[in-house]
Amino acid sequence: MTRILLMGNPNVGKSVLFSRLTGVRATVSNYPGTTVDFLRGFMKLGEDRVEVVDVPGTYSLEPTNKAEEVACELLETGDLVVSVVDATHMERSLYLALELLERDIPLAVALNVWDDARHQGITINMPGLEKHLGVPVVPTVALTGEGVRDLVLRLCEAKADNTHHRSPDERWAEVGRILGLVQQVAHRHHTWLERLGDASVHPFGGIVIAAAMLFASFWVIRLIGETIIGYVTDPFFDHVYAPAILRLSSLLGGEGFWYDVLVGKLIEGEIDYGQSFGVLTTGIYIPFAAVLPYILSFYLVLGVLEDTGYLPRLATLLDNLMHRLGLHGYAIIPTLIGLGCNVPAILATRLLESKRERFIAATLISVAVPCAALQAMVIGLVGARGLQYVALVYGTLFLVWLVLGHILNLAVRGFRPELIIEIPPYRIPPWRSTLLKLRLRVVWFLREAVPFILLGALGISVLDYFGAFDAVARAASPVVTGLWGLPKEAIRALVIGFLRKDLAVGMLEPLDLLTPQLVTGVVVLSIFFPCVASFLVLAKELGVRDLLKAVGLMVVVALLVGGALNLAL
Amino acid sequence: MDDGKRLTTLAAMPSKHDGIVVDIRGGRAIRARLGSLGVRPGKRIVKLSEMLMHGPVMVEVDRAQVAVGFDVASRVVVSLSEVGIDSNTVDGKS
Repeated sequence: MTRILLMGNPNVGKSVLFSRLTGVRATVSNYPGTTVDFLRGFMKLGEDRVEVVDVPGTYSLEPTNKAEEVACELLETGDLVVSVVDATHMERSLYLALELLERDIPLAVALNVWDDARHQGITINMPGLEKHLGVPVVPTVALTGEGVRDLVLRLCEAKADNTHHRSPDERWAEVGRILGLVQQVAHRHHTWLERLGDASVHPFGGIVIAAAMLFASFWVIRLIGETIIGYVTDPFFDHVYAPAILRLSSLLGGEGFWYDVLVGKLIEGEIDYGQSFGVLTTGIYIPFAAVLPYILSFYLVLGVLEDTGYLPRLATLLDNLMHRLGLHGYAIIPTLIGLGCNVPAILATRLLESKRERFIAATLISVAVPCAALQAMVIGLVGARGLQYVALVYGTLFLVWLVLGHILNLAVRGFRPELIIEIPPYRIPPWRSTLLKLRLRVVWFLREAVPFILLGALGISVLDYFGAFDAVARAASPVVTGLWGLPKEAIRALVIGFLRKDLAVGMLEPLDLLTPQLVTGVVVLSIFFPCVASFLVLAKELGVRDLLKAVGLMVVVALLVGGALNLAL
Repeated sequence: MDDGKRLTTLAAMPSKHDGIVVDIRGGRAIRARLGSLGVRPGKRIVKLSEMLMHGPVMVEVDRAQVAVGFDVASRVVVSLSEVGIDSNTVDGKS
């Protein structure tokens, strides 16, 4: 089958053009051996069905990172390239277009964001550009679909011209020469979006904007998530799913290995999704009813933040802080995701360039970034004792994040990244590609993370059936009672924390802990061991060796911090 | 300097000033990466701001904004224009 590649710089609207060409039926593919993903879909070209690939954004064919390497390797697999050129940033777009032209593959050029260029006072002599390049050049506005039909119609004229081979300097000179002939730029004033853009990277003003932005984002995420839970998933699980499982429970006879593993314990004759711990009860409820609604709302808000162009600004603003933790500014994104759920957060560390960064970021997230469910319980339970104690819990975790990050930065060897990023202009999010991205991410979560959660629930029920937890509890009791000053009954809560942290915090409630004990217990629960889903995802992303290192760190940090809190409070 | 222009680095030059990039002290990867974003010898560059405590430097080049980490910024050698630019021309037209 013919394969058409969409290639261009990052942020030129490739993905929007992709969704225009292929409609909604796209799939994410992972490039083998890397953490780089790309989109594939299909379109009609004349009578034929052809494959379209949204190649990761690149600035040149001399790769400087993994995504660019993948772009170059994908180039070898294509039959035709559409070079997506940003009409408002012709120079760097044309550089890549010239490089593509020097390769032996038919090329057509889509001159995208054509409308923006007009608004910015940029005029481009289209026939002139076409003559200089020797391939079809079609102005497009992917956002509205303008020009996309013309582009498809002219794909048959695409041709290769591999007569030139230039050095980078010669290529830049050629770009300059062509633009001098075909482009005119008029002066214009700043638009309100640009003024906002300037303000959001102001050293002081930017921090205020960032705080407001993050606060608003999390408010919206909670609002949407809780609405879905309250009106969709909870009613379904209470009124449809629970009666069905109760019927199954009577079919299974109410006891035995399979009953315990699949259904778990009934609480007063009813299924309690929080306490039953069967694969079909708690195991299904957690990913679909408790986590999925937040994943949905989280990815929606994240997608909007990405598509407006705010995230690179946030990364710039926080680069300095993140640098001291051995990360660069972009690592703030997985960290923020972690405040929603650690599972997608650890998966999102893939966007970091080096193994070293991914290790530091994933470890810091699983140690010191509490997920939304855990935070809700902390605020409810600890908040009842006074807000200063909530602040103490958050303050301790933040301190752990900073100190552990500093230590990891000094201790872990490897490539240290430098921030060099483009700050794209603010844009109104293109809903087509924002929604496409949301759908792809949710499908991906269902495929990649949910099986792990189910597997974890299965493992825990089997272990519980064979009494493994009691053995763990006996072994752990000197640490829990001696070092952390917690009563013996808290051990079961700590063990359950492996399955679900918020539940474990809830199990501390009936123990009548003193306030210092409660604070210690909650902090230890947050640091010590990630929940089983995060644990499995960590294993998948880091590999066994780094996983063991991360787990070792968690145990040591939990011992130290829990002990210190016990002494200090 | 003979022509009266001062050589400095992107990290050291004051905000809201412009200059011409003279050299990038660094390896192929860093030159290629900066170059593709428009930071190349011979280009006019405007320093917009810098984040607190040696944070990234924001520059404008070719009508686009780029954020560059402080360490990278200190490897970009810039020949400073004699006078600072007034705010009306910050958007980088010459």
